[in-house]
Amino acid sequence: MKEKKTVSPEYMILEAPREKKFLIGNEALAEAVKRANVDVVVVYPITPQSEISHLCGDLWAAGYIKEYYRGEDELHVMASMMGAASAGVRTFTATSGPGTLRAMEPFSCWAGYRLPIVCPIMGRGVGTPANIQPDSVEIFYLLETGMIIFHVESPQDFFDMTLQAYAIAEQPDVHLPVIVFCDGFFVTHTREIVEITPDDEFLHPYDSNLSPVPAMDMEAVPVRMARDCLVIKNNFISYNANASWQQEVRAARDRARKHIDRFMGGPLEVINPDAEVLIMASGSAAAQARVAIEMAQEEGIDVGMVKIKVIRPFPAAEIARLAEKVKLIMVPEFNFIGWLAKEIKAVVNNNAKVFSGPNVFAGMTMPPEVIVDELKKLLKLAKLRR
Amino acid sequence: MDAVKIAPGFEKIMPQEYQDLVSDGPYGRNLSVKDLGTFKELIDEHPLCAGCTLTLSFRMVLASLPNPENTLIVTCAGCFGVIHPQISLHCTIAPFGTHNAFASGLKRALKVKFPDKNKDVIAMAGDGGFSDIGLAPTFHSWSRGERFTSIMLDNECYANTGGQDSGMTPEGVALNMSPLGKKFPKIEFAQVAKLAGCAYVATATPTKPRLLGQMIRRAILISREIGPSFIRIATVCQTNYKLSPIDGYNRAKGFESQIFEYFTQEAQEYIEGIEKKSPKTGLNLGVGAENED
Repeated sequence: MKEKKTVSPEYMILEAPREKKFLIGNEALAEAVKRANVDVVVVYPITPQSEISHLCGDLWAAGYIKEYYRGEDELHVMASMMGAASAGVRTFTATSGPGTLRAMEPFSCWAGYRLPIVCPIMGRGVGTPANIQPDSVEIFYLLETGMIIFHVESPQDFFDMTLQAYAIAEQPDVHLPVIVFCDGFFVTHTREIVEITPDDEFLHPYDSNLSPVPAMDMEAVPVRMARDCLVIKNNFISYNANASWQQEVRAARDRARKHIDRFMGGPLEVINPDAEVLIMASGSAAAQARVAIEMAQEEGIDVGMVKIKVIRPFPAAEIARLAEKVKLIMVPEFNFIGWLAKEIKAVVNNNAKVFSGPNVFAGMTMPPEVIVDELKKLLKLAKLRR
Repeated sequence: MDAVKIAPGFEKIMPQEYQDLVSDGPYGRNLSVKDLGTFKELIDEHPLCAGCTLTLSFRMVLASLPNPENTLIVTCAGCFGVIHPQISLHCTIAPFGTHNAFASGLKRALKVKFPDKNKDVIAMAGDGGFSDIGLAPTFHSWSRGERFTSIMLDNECYANTGGQDSGMTPEGVALNMSPLGKKFPKIEFAQVAKLAGCAYVATATPTKPRLLGQMIRRAILISREIGPSFIRIATVCQTNYKLSPIDGYNRAKGFESQIFEYFTQEAQEYIEGIEKKSPKTGLNLGVGAENED
């Protein structure tokens, strides 16, 4: 192992000089993994995730990752991640679509075990009919697993949010897994200018002594310690322990908010917040909305945009505040079910003004013109209603 | 050994049983099954059925660890899902069937974290955990040559869920999901272990405690240096087979004919080398003290 210059996450994320590179999303992600000083990577191939698994293998072969192997399937890869992270080392894995669903049992355990695993998911279609095209439907399945969830818009986000994920996941008052979600292909295979930090600066190694739950390594006291809570005893004390533990996981996720503000500049990016109409979107839909609002403004529509970077903990108060004066909120999404619109409707007063759509899925694209057209239809409808 | 000690000032608030562990536990003492009854055990009370031979086996396994101060156990759903918080080792419960995948990640991470130290990892599950729901990760952990020990506590059924047939239930036995008798034979799991590449495979019974202890030590030492090891401990669930404790014990005694050991050549040479070095201690191999902090 080469001698490494290690730096704090604050320095790397907020202060380090940046160099421009022309990278696809997967390459930007690999650059982040390289700088994150990761100990153990276990992966299983699936389209469109496979490329990052290959790139991690190259990083391991070059000595940047200490341990790496291809596991037997996603369920057991995610269980291996539990083992590695329980020992108190820094871990990384990634998956896509059906792999996410196969791994749901360990995914539901990660937060409860308080494991700061960082796991990008490259979203794609799941279920019937079979589909490998970009889709953000998987986030819906992950919403209540207790994990922190970021939604990536671009290769630049993929680089930044992965490093931010490690910084936030490993805070002693948080110590939870982070899903860094992108819509497959749109981000993983799109090439653009990405500003990255120097490649000879790496994050400080993970320190398991800062974990709120002792590492499973027989070095920490007391030895009579089950890593998880007393789940299986039938008495009041263990019910109470289990109930408190579940609440603490959610409380820890809420405590991530201050770190999200510090490392990510908050959970939202807001353009023209005083507009009459707001488009609220996450991931690739936000990238399309960014273009759409400029086109709509040229046509004289008073429209702004809210990019939701953090899906969990959901920025409910911020969104409710932004929604107060707005006449109409439109939520374009790259999935069939419109989960983001449901989330927004649940936190906005007078939520009849929140409209889900356009919903694009199964590999279809969402040209900004479609968003503008839908917006015009909604405005006409709103006028009629008034 | 610092991991066991109580921080100054906290002696009074730690329970008596923990204080006993510090003053009279097995850590760093190189004890074995024949010392049972003379020290504070890693488990000394449990909520499982009275007279259970599987629990007796479990107690013997814990008493046979060559290096308890550096041993970690991964369990999954099953009868010891219920007792794992009471084991005085770092111990966890993996999602059902994933124990060998969890142990693979754990062992490799411990090797990264402590490159110069032995950390013995044991994946312990029941017959259903290994042969049915956990077959894929078990097989793959062995074929990858993962350096930990797998111990199947085979009571010939799913016991904790109320008595259903497993892959390890013998043909013809009527249990709750085989009301007309199980229609297919018990899996030859030792053969699976050999084919998948285990360096050491054994079947033990709790009715031969010293032999069981020797097998546990051999399995752990071989998994440290040579390759994966697997032990099946043959018992029966007397509760779900509707046997009295003494009949359960006698049934386990009947399994003594199944006792066997398989070594790869490399594993055999390694064990012979160690056992030659300390012939007088016999079953108590005298290994482990060298691991002292």
